[in-house]
Amino acid sequence: MSASPAPPASGSPNWTIASIRAALEARKISARELTTDYFSRIDRENPRLNAFLALSPERAFAQADAIDAKIARREALPPLAGVPTALKDVLSTRGTETTCGSRILKGYVPPYDSTAVERLDRAGAIFLGKTNCDEFAMGSSNENSAFGPVHNPAALDRVPGGSSGGSAAAVAAGLAVVALGTDTGGSIRQPGALCGVPAMMPTYGRVSRYGLIAFASSLDRIGPFASTVEDVARVLEVIAGRDPLDATSASLPVPSYTAEMNAPVRGLRLGIPREYFAEGLDAAVREKVEAAISRLKDLGCIPTPIEMPHMPYAIPVYYLVATAEASSNLARFDGVRYGLRVPGSTLAEMYRKTRGAGFGPEVKRRIMLGTYALSAGYYDAYYLKAQKVRSLIKGDFDRAFQQVDLILAPTSPVTAFRLGERTDDPLAMYLADIYTVTGSLAGITAISIPCGKVCGTLPVGLQIMGPHFEEGRVLRLARAFESQ
Amino acid sequence: MNISREDVLRVAELANLELTDAEIETYGAQLASILSYCEKLNELDTSTVEPLAQILVARKEAEAKDDPQHLREDAPRDAAIIRQVVSRAPEGLDADPPYFRVPKVIDR
Repeated sequence: MSASPAPPASGSPNWTIASIRAALEARKISARELTTDYFSRIDRENPRLNAFLALSPERAFAQADAIDAKIARREALPPLAGVPTALKDVLSTRGTETTCGSRILKGYVPPYDSTAVERLDRAGAIFLGKTNCDEFAMGSSNENSAFGPVHNPAALDRVPGGSSGGSAAAVAAGLAVVALGTDTGGSIRQPGALCGVPAMMPTYGRVSRYGLIAFASSLDRIGPFASTVEDVARVLEVIAGRDPLDATSASLPVPSYTAEMNAPVRGLRLGIPREYFAEGLDAAVREKVEAAISRLKDLGCIPTPIEMPHMPYAIPVYYLVATAEASSNLARFDGVRYGLRVPGSTLAEMYRKTRGAGFGPEVKRRIMLGTYALSAGYYDAYYLKAQKVRSLIKGDFDRAFQQVDLILAPTSPVTAFRLGERTDDPLAMYLADIYTVTGSLAGITAISIPCGKVCGTLPVGLQIMGPHFEEGRVLRLARAFESQ
Repeated sequence: MNISREDVLRVAELANLELTDAEIETYGAQLASILSYCEKLNELDTSTVEPLAQILVARKEAEAKDDPQHLREDAPRDAAIIRQVVSRAPEGLDADPPYFRVPKVIDR
């Protein structure tokens, strides 16, 4: 192995939401001291990892001081009091530069917080800064960021996964206790798997997308990374729920995930879809995932073989639907209202020059693909066909969940690959999402949790998929696996 | 499948993207390869399948029954954020009212 793994971030403890709360209440540490410690960890490690694009010390210390003032007044603390948090750079944050990893938004400072961010703020979280990601969340390796790739903390010459690679790497390296990412085709789960941290995609509509700079609106989700399943549950409890500013957000009540997570798992029927263990799955990954399934059997769960016959069609469906939506969503970046403007003699020329110079190669490729799929003469053959097959993929899940309670699969067919290894072949890169795009297309919820390491260094992720709005059941199995 | 230079230019024009000659060539070849892969979908007979337009249709209908007032009242509210928005534009002018400046659109 050419690169040595990163050493632990510091001798400081590995904090969790609960241990921070206990230490604050016992006055063993102040929120300001904790915040200072995390910024010094970032100063030390970020030059090697490139996980953060922007830091927000002013806001972080103001948040920390507000928590310390509550402690001094002996007031009750909010649920995420003093928790050092990282936010993916596609989430709008008031007063902190938000670029989506793109040159076209360099220097853009949003005037408002996205709803998920605002809810974390109200819950007492400390915002350390914005994490690196593939440009506009388009990528599976973080190599599409305009500001350089993130390096995997487990092996610095390898990718962290993408697109939320910065959030995954920040949590894995101890530079944040929790982080938010976004998942359109696997962008939370896959970097969670490759960096070795729990990472959850909630059901479509469970978390408001207001203020999330859109990639593909029928697929985009916001969800948490943490070092424990319990902390994933605690963050989800805060960010989930109806928001009048997002018409697709669900008004279903948000259950106590921390209570549901502790229910027994004995008797749960776990679907094992044959198609997810077929050709293309790395042998070492297969071994770890199969070992995990047999441990869950030991806990009294009942693995059941199932079939999801349309899974092999998910990648083309995903890349047609997601790029079509992206070509429309990204039309707003035209040099008029924010970010970069390249002057032109006419309005149309200004648009074309600004977009040509501002977007990176993968974003342009996807805009071209999506525009083509929606254009006159090709709409029926590509976009409409993809939407029909999307119905079939959703049907696979509907049928499976009549038979089983949860579905298990690998999160990624391979462990973290080397930086630069796949950048020449877009199609090969797209295949990295083969086990995650299905759940994205069906709108279901899924988590990736660590289930071992190949060669003692490279993490493997186990994916647990659950029906719409059954986050509690998914977390329950994840928690049981993590605890045994 | 083949994507001609004219196809690439037509799509780039629809997408408002200025491309270099090198990009035109690369994207042409890559789109052809990705779209050929997408033709795998033609293995499936979808003549009786409805396209999926909304992932959570059943739930939305149930919610609408319980909560017919799901949509908020269409009442005007103060958009006090407008000056902050314009101040972020490449050429935003804090005039009264504030506005974005763009190249001339209409010749007269």
